[in-house]
Amino acid sequence: MRQYLKLSWRNLWRNKRRTLITVASVFLAVLLAVCMRSLQKGTYANMTSNAVRFSTGYIQIHAKGYQDNRSINNSFEKGEMLDSVLTANSNVSLSVPRLESFVLASSGNHTKGVQVTGIIPELENKMNNISGRVTDGHYLTDGYDGLLVGDGIANYLGLRVGDTMVLLGQGYHGITAAAQFPVTGIFHFPDGRMNNALVYLSLHNARNLFAAPDLTTSMSLLLHDPARQQATVEQLRQALDSNQWEVLNWQTLNKELTQEIAGDNAGGIIMLFILYVVIAFGVFGTMLMMTMERSKEFAVMIAIGMRRSQLAILLFFETVFIGLLGISSGVAVALPVLLYFKINPVKITGTAAEMFIQFGLEPIMPASLDPYIFVNQGITVFLISFAASIYPLMYIGRFKILGALKK
Amino acid sequence: MTVIELDDIYKTYTESVVPVHAVNGVSVGIDKGEFTAIVGPSGCGKTTLLNMIGGLDAPTKGKIRIEGEDISRLSDKQLVDFRLHNIGFVFQAYNLIPVLTVRENIRFIMELEHRDSKEMQQRVEYLLEKLDMKDKLNVRPKYLSGGQQQRVAVARALASHPKFVLADEPTANLDSHATEVLLELMATMNKEEEMTFIFSTHDQRVMDKARRIITLEDGKVVGDAKTGI
Repeated sequence: MRQYLKLSWRNLWRNKRRTLITVASVFLAVLLAVCMRSLQKGTYANMTSNAVRFSTGYIQIHAKGYQDNRSINNSFEKGEMLDSVLTANSNVSLSVPRLESFVLASSGNHTKGVQVTGIIPELENKMNNISGRVTDGHYLTDGYDGLLVGDGIANYLGLRVGDTMVLLGQGYHGITAAAQFPVTGIFHFPDGRMNNALVYLSLHNARNLFAAPDLTTSMSLLLHDPARQQATVEQLRQALDSNQWEVLNWQTLNKELTQEIAGDNAGGIIMLFILYVVIAFGVFGTMLMMTMERSKEFAVMIAIGMRRSQLAILLFFETVFIGLLGISSGVAVALPVLLYFKINPVKITGTAAEMFIQFGLEPIMPASLDPYIFVNQGITVFLISFAASIYPLMYIGRFKILGALKK
Repeated sequence: MTVIELDDIYKTYTESVVPVHAVNGVSVGIDKGEFTAIVGPSGCGKTTLLNMIGGLDAPTKGKIRIEGEDISRLSDKQLVDFRLHNIGFVFQAYNLIPVLTVRENIRFIMELEHRDSKEMQQRVEYLLEKLDMKDKLNVRPKYLSGGQQQRVAVARALASHPKFVLADEPTANLDSHATEVLLELMATMNKEEEMTFIFSTHDQRVMDKARRIITLEDGKVVGDAKTGI
């Protein structure tokens, strides 16, 4: 083994320039692939995190049928049984009750359809740190008779902190829901759509508004380990009566975002594929040249007692070295760059930023340092390098010794 | 005792439009410990014959038995192992492995045989001592003269104590001194370790040392004589 490694390593440096060019092509490909995937995955993670924290949670529990008919009439009373199921599940880190319904909000001559979300301020703040998003006024306190409004609505209705907003809609079982609340605070979320649609009331006030005492439309859950999300969904489904409850993951609750990520991801994979094809041809060219120009040397080695399989191992190690050098240098350079962009995400500006906001996304691209990205790209490039050496390996298996010796 | 038997060997190359009959019915026996030169004009079939004895090429017709084994029946892999354990090759163009040092080149075959490290070291030292090249132990071939490279190539061929050494024009590119040193070493090995040597050569200096000279012409044996040395 040592002899193979020694020979392979030294063979690599017989033509330093060529080896360095090939290693550089692998290096660049790995660098590009890792950076591209890291920014993509980071953006997806940010999108997911925003969607999960500000909207659905990783998992939501509803009364059965609420997902298809999001009416306040499909609400439920959160009893001790649900509490005990959630407490018993070790992966649930936080459960946040909400009462949600749609009403007309007006101030002066302006009216706008908004979603009222009744929350327990302390719990909601733990989930998504809304208090940190309040740009004017202050956050809700439980029992305080005010509301929090998105800056988009506030601008549209011409509201400031201390002004009164009138809410008019339909409460539980058709009862008229009407009330007025002072604006306690104005918030700004990364998702522009939320700023134009959301009004927060304390759960107590929301229940009073909709005449829905003790009722809740959803329980949003955060998890200790999001990777075990689906297992947790299954555990909760088993623990809860399926005729009474529905337990859904965020991907089901937010299909739009899931599809958006899947579509963008597919585009990224196509780009990577093109990149990989380029690397494959680069490594293939080098390996083929390295093999052909040494055919006489290989013939001598076979003549003096080296098996073709041993020669193939030698050639394989040469490919491995090229791959490893390119991959390790690519990852080594990518890591600090990506670490920087993880701490200081790329800020999207101009039209692109508007497009992000339109899709409800924060216009930033943070990098992800998920080890999976590095390992995955590393393994892929390694396999490509190996695939590129298949033809040279086949050549080793069938070339004619005498013909090569006469060269 | 005859260790190499060539029984009515023919070799015809058909790659070109006109078939080339390189060897035409050669039947020769080589005894253990012989120091034999195969001579003849260029294209008479010397190298082809050596290649067939070494299992690098197969006869079109006829049988080659080495120590009683018909080598034409061996698979490619068996032939490689056969060469590894029985035959040492010396080529006209040295053919050292350029990325290995002198020491590593000589050890190469022994390492393929997984010989003991101490044994390999002793053998390398012994051969380099004989070849007067101890100071070149860690030098790569490109820093050696042609004569020095061929001495290393011979050391590589002899290192693993092969039963047979096949040398194709080993002195063709060497000066008198280098030729003298090489022939001296080969003669020593022939005597001390009973290695059987077969050379193809044009070189009178080699013929002068040979104990048997087989002359080929147009692929046929036209002379076979003991020299009396």
